[in-house]
Amino acid sequence: MADATHDDVGYVPPAEIEEQDLYHAKSWITKYVFCQDAKVIAIQYSITAIAIGLVGLVLSWLMRLQLGFPEAFSFIEPDDYYQFITVHGMIMVIYLLTALFLGGFGNYLIPLMVGARDMVFPFVNMISYWVYLLAVVVLCASFFVPGGPTGAGWTLYPPQAILSGTPGSDGGIILMLVSLALFIVGFTMGGLNYVVTVFQARTRGLSLMRLPLTIWGILTATVLALLAFPALFVGAVMMLLDRILGTSFFMPSIVELGEHLSYGGGSPILFQHLFWFFGHPEVYIVALPAFGIVSDLISVHARRNIFGYRMMVWAIVIIGALSFVVWAHHMYVSGMNPYFGFFFATTTLIIAVPTALKVYNWTLTLWRGDIHLTTPMLFAIGFIVTFVNGGITGLFLGNVAIDVPLSDTMFVVAHFHMVMGVAPALVIFGAIYHWYPKITGRLLDETLGKFHFWVTFLGAYLIYFPMHYLGFVGVPRRYFELGDTQIFDQSVGDLNAFISIVTFIVGFAQLVFFFNLYRSYSKGKEAGPNPWRACSLEWQTAETPPGHGNFGKELPLVYRWPYDFNVPGAKEDFIPQNMSQSEAFPKRKAAAKTSRSRAAKK
Amino acid sequence: MAKSATKSVALAPGMEGFVSDWSSDQRVFKNVPWGKAMMWLFLLSDTFIFSCFLLSYMSVRSSTLEPWPNASKVFALHIGGQDVPLILIAIMTFVLISSSGTMAMAVNFGYRRNRKVTTYLILATALFGAMFVGMQAFEWTKLISEGVRPWGNPWGAPQFGSTFFMITGFHGFHVSIGVIFLLIVARKVWRGDYDTGRRGYFTTMKGNYEIVETMGLYWHFVDLVWVFIFAFFYLW
Repeated sequence: MADATHDDVGYVPPAEIEEQDLYHAKSWITKYVFCQDAKVIAIQYSITAIAIGLVGLVLSWLMRLQLGFPEAFSFIEPDDYYQFITVHGMIMVIYLLTALFLGGFGNYLIPLMVGARDMVFPFVNMISYWVYLLAVVVLCASFFVPGGPTGAGWTLYPPQAILSGTPGSDGGIILMLVSLALFIVGFTMGGLNYVVTVFQARTRGLSLMRLPLTIWGILTATVLALLAFPALFVGAVMMLLDRILGTSFFMPSIVELGEHLSYGGGSPILFQHLFWFFGHPEVYIVALPAFGIVSDLISVHARRNIFGYRMMVWAIVIIGALSFVVWAHHMYVSGMNPYFGFFFATTTLIIAVPTALKVYNWTLTLWRGDIHLTTPMLFAIGFIVTFVNGGITGLFLGNVAIDVPLSDTMFVVAHFHMVMGVAPALVIFGAIYHWYPKITGRLLDETLGKFHFWVTFLGAYLIYFPMHYLGFVGVPRRYFELGDTQIFDQSVGDLNAFISIVTFIVGFAQLVFFFNLYRSYSKGKEAGPNPWRACSLEWQTAETPPGHGNFGKELPLVYRWPYDFNVPGAKEDFIPQNMSQSEAFPKRKAAAKTSRSRAAKK
Repeated sequence: MAKSATKSVALAPGMEGFVSDWSSDQRVFKNVPWGKAMMWLFLLSDTFIFSCFLLSYMSVRSSTLEPWPNASKVFALHIGGQDVPLILIAIMTFVLISSSGTMAMAVNFGYRRNRKVTTYLILATALFGAMFVGMQAFEWTKLISEGVRPWGNPWGAPQFGSTFFMITGFHGFHVSIGVIFLLIVARKVWRGDYDTGRRGYFTTMKGNYEIVETMGLYWHFVDLVWVFIFAFFYLW
């Protein structure tokens, strides 16, 4: 039973699904703009997400300018600073990471890896992108309304989010909430497609336990998103009503500037529950695709089958399920019942078990592997190290007693940037270096790639390690400046300046990456169909880049799991998923024949 | 919804069948067309939305400091010289549940390829749905004329109006969307699109009578949600 995932099955069951009736583009516009091909939609998603991500990057520079050199830059007012923080957080978590992992990689890889012609409903998939784009446009529009974007912090906690003291409480908060609601609508259309495609449109011979872990990660993350985003949607709708119609869902009785507002009787904690019921699964919406992709990168570039495939799958599913019962560990200091804290601390720490299991399995996959230190592999290994670091600080924050003093300090900022900022970003880079040859037909430059990796990786540590220390010293997060606070040593200011300088260096180093993307598109080394000699289906397409319908005339038949590397007796060091036993082991077949004939002679 | 579900597979019964389906290739849910699978998944997601709305309503109702208005008085109609509590809601609920019945019959006749009866039944469902929305509009008008606003009302907690308009409005929006799509499906059935396999505009795929069932799933869901709203909002 345990071998069933990679055993050869001579018998391939008959097709249950007839050939998909594809929509063929007739004009340039339907081929490249309003396109129904998941691969083009994926590129559209990725470009949009990365573009808005760059806005987020610039915002983080502006924040670091203020933190590193307070009072040196007179154009940054306290209000601006809060707006930078808020929009930076929103962009990075939702409009960049969620959209890039699920909309970008999901759209590109799911149909190719499951051996489908396209997503099950290409038209709905296309609409999904355009609604996402609209959400991004609305978000950007908030920069240009009177009062600017909202400065409520990315968690948008009421009551302050909609009171007039908070920057952007005129139009900014409204546009922010509308943009979130639009994002959720758009994402739902795409997400339904991803899940149904994986469940119902796989090719012949491809069982769930033969899926690449990338698909498992994206699938589970999408299910999480479909169940978690509703809470944010409801929260956004209710806050919009509070702001526009003057309802009091989240607004208690409140005095502002000596004036008693007409609000009363609402519950601010309710918003926190709704927000974090979305917010915690969101962490795993970003992390699970990263887990999956990293498993594939490591396996391919270490030329070794992934260790404990079934455990890896179940760990992904269990992490996904547990992520729905831990949300209130973000609310230890909110004044909720302390017994809740006990429950949520327990569930939070339980998540460490499947997560640690994954880390062990990655390490054991590397163990005695034939490790090729290519750029994708460097990023993958960088991810494991970073994720362990971020995970361990998560154990600190998961415990109520340790979290309370650390809450709202730079330690928290360092923790979540490490675990869901740097770590997924490393995977995204690794994945782009890995799949770029399939998307464009050309390899990215390795030298530039390695330079990019080392600057990014070491830079991230130079930024966030000191930040943990700042948190321990007690430097609060979200403060515009520390001013003449006597409790902090001069070294705190120096460290902040150091962090800011490194931020700029790392940020500018990304230009090397974009230059690499641009240059390799026309001048890169020809990649051929399968430059990494990988087993999964996307590398076995007839054309590179894959054409409309992905697989040419015939859909592939799958005979094995996607991790058959260095199998003894095979003619090559990898066996593609769609290669049958007799093709993979021509010698063994001959040997079997001779032994049979010998037996017959006897 | 393409021609995806044309081949049916024999299924093993019980737990064994469940395991063999999940460990098989191609499809987890055997003989379930893509559109139907997608609708179920959407409904699951939508369930979370309505649950969040209702839980928020309960939470707000217990956190507000002022007394909650008495539902049986607020939602009473003055008929024949006396107040009849919840009479309008009772009729609305009856209409909506009846529409589920006609919808179920429409699915049945759809699979029998009886175009005419299917069309009539879908139209009847749409009519019931429109009646429901109309009565809801009447109820809203009555409450608004009595001074109920999202930010306050004459009888107590302002959250009464906020949750009422938000939740019934969101549900009414679902019903309205449903009516529109029912009319579209009715037109397609009438024209015979599902017999000839004509490409639909929205999905650009060829449709068949499974779409009637998929539409029915949505409609029953909207009814089911109403039952919960009825129980938690009007009867509590």
